[in-house]
Amino acid sequence: MITFMNNSDSEDEPCNERTSLMSAESPPVPSYQDGLQASETREAQTHRKRQTGSSRSPNNVADEDTSDLDVRVRESALENEEEELTLKYGAKHVIMLFVPVTLCMIVVVATIKSVRFYTEKNGQLIYTPFSEDTPSVGQRLLNSVLNTIIMISVIVVMTVFLVVLYKYRCYKFIHGWLILSSFMLLFLFTYIYLGEVLKTYNVAMDYPTVILIIWNFGAVGMICIHWKGPLQLQQAYLIMISALMALVFIKYLPEWSAWVILGAISIYDLIAVLCPKGPLRMLVETAQERNEPIFPALIYSSAMIWTVGMAKPDTAAKGQSQQTWDADGRENHSSSSHSDSQILDTRSPAPSHPITLEEMEEEERGVKLGLGDFIFYSVLVGKAAATPSGDWNTTLACFVAILIGLCLTLLLLAVFKKALPALPISITFGLIFYFSTDNLVRPFMDTLASHQLYI
Amino acid sequence: MTLAVFFGCTFIAFGPAFSLFLFTIARDPLRIIILIAGAFFWLVSLLLSSLIWFIAVKASDPRDEPLQKGLLIFGVMFSVLLQEAFRFLYYKLLRKAIEGLVALSEDGCSPISIQQMAYVAGVGFGLMSGAFSMINLLADALGPGTVGIHGDSQLYFLTSAFMTMVLIFLHTFWGILFFHGCENRRWWEIVAVVVMHLAVSGSTFCNPLYVGSLVPSYVLMAIAAVWAYMLSGGSVQNLRRFLLCAQSGASPQPAS
Repeated sequence: MITFMNNSDSEDEPCNERTSLMSAESPPVPSYQDGLQASETREAQTHRKRQTGSSRSPNNVADEDTSDLDVRVRESALENEEEELTLKYGAKHVIMLFVPVTLCMIVVVATIKSVRFYTEKNGQLIYTPFSEDTPSVGQRLLNSVLNTIIMISVIVVMTVFLVVLYKYRCYKFIHGWLILSSFMLLFLFTYIYLGEVLKTYNVAMDYPTVILIIWNFGAVGMICIHWKGPLQLQQAYLIMISALMALVFIKYLPEWSAWVILGAISIYDLIAVLCPKGPLRMLVETAQERNEPIFPALIYSSAMIWTVGMAKPDTAAKGQSQQTWDADGRENHSSSSHSDSQILDTRSPAPSHPITLEEMEEEERGVKLGLGDFIFYSVLVGKAAATPSGDWNTTLACFVAILIGLCLTLLLLAVFKKALPALPISITFGLIFYFSTDNLVRPFMDTLASHQLYI
Repeated sequence: MTLAVFFGCTFIAFGPAFSLFLFTIARDPLRIIILIAGAFFWLVSLLLSSLIWFIAVKASDPRDEPLQKGLLIFGVMFSVLLQEAFRFLYYKLLRKAIEGLVALSEDGCSPISIQQMAYVAGVGFGLMSGAFSMINLLADALGPGTVGIHGDSQLYFLTSAFMTMVLIFLHTFWGILFFHGCENRRWWEIVAVVVMHLAVSGSTFCNPLYVGSLVPSYVLMAIAAVWAYMLSGGSVQNLRRFLLCAQSGASPQPAS
């Protein structure tokens, strides 16, 4: 679901900082307040935890990703103004998401095209046990469908497990889980990646240097993602871990299974976010009941620095980078245990003057996209880049298709004003364009190029 | 084939377009979206035309050389017509978008005009068309090989790069002309664009006789440039003022 965000991260704060400040310092704007209440009741935010595992870890440490798109805009008093704000901010938010998605895809495509390691077949994940080395097409198709079923059920089970944990307030467990998975990504996968890149370019490097590099990279990454850090650095780290995860998927998912899994995961995304009994929807509703912000799983946030900060109850642990500070002594660190790991960014002055309406209107709205979306977009484009034919047109076509899907998703967000899944449209377009470009456009363009004809 | 060839051809083909993008489009999010959507529309038109060509080829005898050549010519022409059709569809979509933007704006005027959209749409079409023509060539230019070792032209990469550049420019100007024709109901402008596109694509059948394809294309580009400039409100006086940096009370503004 795509929702519009107040400057407060929590969706339903009946007595949030805004209302309290508003009533204290400025003449009450009734429609604004009502709009706020209405928006808060309407808002729902979904995250989807996606569990992914790696065959390398002996214990099934799972990665959680959220893959839903949250766009929240501040409700304004007038409907027109709100819609105009929506559209005006809409274009900016689209670009705020285009850039990181593009960067992630560039990293993945560059790696796939240059480092041979990620296109070699060296075994499969335990989540896709059926091999695709069968002679008959039917058997291969069947194996890929079975692999998909297993993978999706693992994801569903993990998500439900997470929802259950959240329901029973096992926050420390969840937090530890997240820390462990990002630890593995930042250290182990980075080490492997560095090793393969060095091998590709035949660069010799001694172990002490490697240890120094990996240690620094990983430690700063852990701090940036789980605690405080500059916004750009956080975003960069999130993009990097998404790219690393996508590369793992590209390497270890067999050909046909990968495509079927991509299709199935977008259907799952659609169901989980929009159905009333979907796990993500239940997660959102639980969080709303408890008046907490949604569980901070891996989310990429591109929130711009706010000119006026509001007390934030509980920003997402990863990826949040809005400025927060406590206003009027309001204690925002509510029940969640990861409140101590709040991302508070670099500047956090306390407001010493009454916050007027205009200042509040200067606040920028942020856009959040789950890292699972990054990962699966990059998997699609990376798989397109890894085709044996080495065609770049396919990669380019998938890239444009995904961006257009993201644009359409954000447009729907602006129209429906509730949380929407970010995967279905983009992945559908991506899949259509991959198969049609690879099979139809490629022979045409190759024939044209051989005769040097231009259309 | 070396890095020099790769970088040289990349910059020849995409340098002007990239600078157009950087200086006029990159700052405005709305324009970037229109650019990407334009690229998408071009892509869809290419998809449909390759589908038709593919079906035709599969239904025919692969050994019949003249037939295959004829099918290729048909494929090229059909693709050109389909691209222009999709340009028209994109125009329709942008018109609706402008109406939406006007309705949602506070002061009743859209943040972007149809002329600017025409320009950006043209650049979008051009960039995608150029990218699809050129990127595989550039990737091959990085690898080992000798150009024209079997007797083909040795200027293959260079002429491809120049052709790509001219095509990107042409698409930009055609966008402006086409949209202007649609806006003001001047059908002859639209027909002119289609005819020009067919002419440029047809002239590439002269390759590797590059004089027959590059020279007419550049001439047509110059004509289209002047025409688009006139339609966008330019004039000889504007040009002279710009070139001489004339101070006529207010500092001259670069044309957007």
